[in-house]
Amino acid sequence: MKLTGSQILLESLKCEGVDTVFGYPGGAVINIYDDLYDSSINHILTRHEQAAVHAADGYARCTGQVGVAIATSGPGATNTVTGIATAYMDSIPMVIITGQVPTPLIGNDAFQEADICGITRPCTKHNFLVKNIRDLAKTVKEAFYIARTGRPGPVLIDLPKDVQVDTLEFSYPATVDLRGYKPTYSGNFRQIEKAARMILEARRPVLYVGGGINLSAASAELLALAEQTRIPVATTLMAMSAFPQRHPLALGMLGMHGTFCANMSVTECDLLVAIGARFDDRVTGRIDSFAEKAKIIHVDIDPTSIKKNVAVDLPIVGDLKDVISKLKASLDQKEEALQSFKEELQEWQTKIATWRERHPMVYQPSDTVIKPQFVIEKLRELSNDDAIIATEVGQHQMWTAQFFSFSQPRTFLTSGGLGTMGFGLPAALGAQVAFPDRQVIDISGDGSFQMNSQELATLVQYQLPVKIVILNNNYLGMVRQWQQMFFDKRYSQTVMELPIDFVKLAEAYGAVGFNVTRVDEVETVIKKGFETPGPVLMNFQISREENVLPMVPAGKAIHEMVLAS
Amino acid sequence: MKHTISVLVENEFGVLSRISGLFSGRGFNIESLSVAPTLEPNTSRMTIVTSGDDRILEQITKQLNKLISTIKVVDFTSKDFIARELALIKVSTEAETRAEALRIVDIFRAKVIDVTPRTYTIEITGAPGKINGILELLRPMGIKEVVRSGPVVIGRGAKGVTG
Ligand SMILES: Cc1ncc(C[n+]2csc(CCOP(=O)(O)OP(=O)(O)O)c2C)c(N)n1
Ligand SMILES: [Mg+2]
Repeated sequence: MKLTGSQILLESLKCEGVDTVFGYPGGAVINIYDDLYDSSINHILTRHEQAAVHAADGYARCTGQVGVAIATSGPGATNTVTGIATAYMDSIPMVIITGQVPTPLIGNDAFQEADICGITRPCTKHNFLVKNIRDLAKTVKEAFYIARTGRPGPVLIDLPKDVQVDTLEFSYPATVDLRGYKPTYSGNFRQIEKAARMILEARRPVLYVGGGINLSAASAELLALAEQTRIPVATTLMAMSAFPQRHPLALGMLGMHGTFCANMSVTECDLLVAIGARFDDRVTGRIDSFAEKAKIIHVDIDPTSIKKNVAVDLPIVGDLKDVISKLKASLDQKEEALQSFKEELQEWQTKIATWRERHPMVYQPSDTVIKPQFVIEKLRELSNDDAIIATEVGQHQMWTAQFFSFSQPRTFLTSGGLGTMGFGLPAALGAQVAFPDRQVIDISGDGSFQMNSQELATLVQYQLPVKIVILNNNYLGMVRQWQQMFFDKRYSQTVMELPIDFVKLAEAYGAVGFNVTRVDEVETVIKKGFETPGPVLMNFQISREENVLPMVPAGKAIHEMVLAS
Repeated sequence: MKHTISVLVENEFGVLSRISGLFSGRGFNIESLSVAPTLEPNTSRMTIVTSGDDRILEQITKQLNKLISTIKVVDFTSKDFIARELALIKVSTEAETRAEALRIVDIFRAKVIDVTPRTYTIEITGAPGKINGILELLRPMGIKEVVRSGPVVIGRGAKGVTG
């Protein structure tokens, strides 16, 4: 039987195991939406295409599966760009499908035409314009393969309207053969042996782990390696949930807002084992003094990440899960050496313990005004262990990373690379769709919330019980903090002059809202919010000029921290 | 340092802009770029002349390899290779310099491919250095126009680069 292009698209999605897509209709995808009307694929209508892409992204981050979003041509397609760039920077597997004007009109400035392949070329792992229905099924197959393999990333398929209407016999290819794309999964044996020897020779080693651990689902392997060797673990923002933060070997986050002990450990270490991390400038601070005394082993599936920012003594290209388990096996074989290595490590651990004690992650508690860190601690205490936490971008994001003590993999969804305000709410929405029975919380700022607050409608429509926590300082707080510290308190355009009644806003959409202004209400409102079915917004009026500390000022080395007093 | 890189790519929609976009987006420099199909189906070969220190060149090669459309990348710089470039040169010639111009064409084994009473149009192929050489000698006569193809390169010896 012949199928239309849009039917072939949906059948292909099913072949890829897709049961849920996020999207927004329009003229250039109207055929796809007509077929979705009675399809078994579940479609979630967000209220903005950017949110559809972030929702698919949140879905992907917490499940490890490819997230799928659909948008129409022109403005629908351009609205997806921030979402795509966000996923690209954090290597999230996604397929974005955009409608396009009919092929004969491409290039004619037709109504709602945008060269979305041209626009997204630098922020997708790959993209396709399907000009012929014969290429459609193969393209979908390749798109999913590219998105989920190697270093994952978003892939866009631009599908002209005439191709959606055209018909062809459907057959889905069984295999993919891309001559130019053969990711390396298996770590080189000799390199791994060398790494094991370098580890055993080290006296002050540190594991520096990044988002790759989530992408490779290697949390268990990482924990096993850390416990086998007793090497302490510093995590990037992207990896906060990849290693249990209450573990005795956890140093916490490193970098600009990292812990004193993580930053000092990295500064003083003699061996840095970087795993699935990319030496981002927010992590390294002044690059020439980052881990200055250390030899560096760098494990990553993407060769371009290695030696991009720092010189590396031992590169290992491969899937982290594979490399970490092989490394552990190799160390297991060197039993005696490993034993004496662990004994020698005592001194280093004592040193780290003194750093930890000297400047723990603390804040000044208060009885009179709500401290954001206190709210985060209470959220941790009162939420389930497997709760999924999404954040927006700003101070609240850093406080969450610093104080939430994540314990389970893939429970922290945050825009690390691009730092996209407006990410959290739709990402939480996507996560709740993926896990209807788990607690999903969006920790937000008053500024960021307003970047995608329209998604309250989506939450209410689908009765997605996301709990929204606004840490409201009536400021674009993170920018204000920089202005306070480096621009003489000239708060240019960071004061949110108009106080928004967020509770009324929630109610306008049919959600429940609570205002919290007193310290003694914090716990009761969180409990009430968690108990209330459906989406709930909790607006906490926090101490307005609270700063995120420690902080490494731009251009400084990571041990030159401004500490909390 | 200058590097000459051959890139075998899928001959498909948008591939040139993927490559050039990679260079511009990452601040790498392109001195010249030439591209044409090869004998293998759906395959084109680009020759790119770029420059940068070792670290940048390592990134350029890795980033090129990372593109899905890239099949193979060969940096010829440390290898034994032959480079050839084509140039078309329109030079002004007065009565007293026409003979001299022809002598230069002869010495460089170039060809005059178009003539007017006041100009010669010259075709020359050779290593980029040779083309610089003829341009240097013709310059005093007045060069009205130069079109250079940018070099294409091939390795010496029996082995070929294929996809
Ligand atoms: C889309 C976007 N625009 C601008 C910025 C720059 N920016 C970073 S943090 C921030 C302030 C965020 O304010 P809010 O959401 O209230 O969080 P707070 O820092 O107050 O906790 C801004 C404007 C950004 N990261 N993303
Ligand atoms: Mg704020």
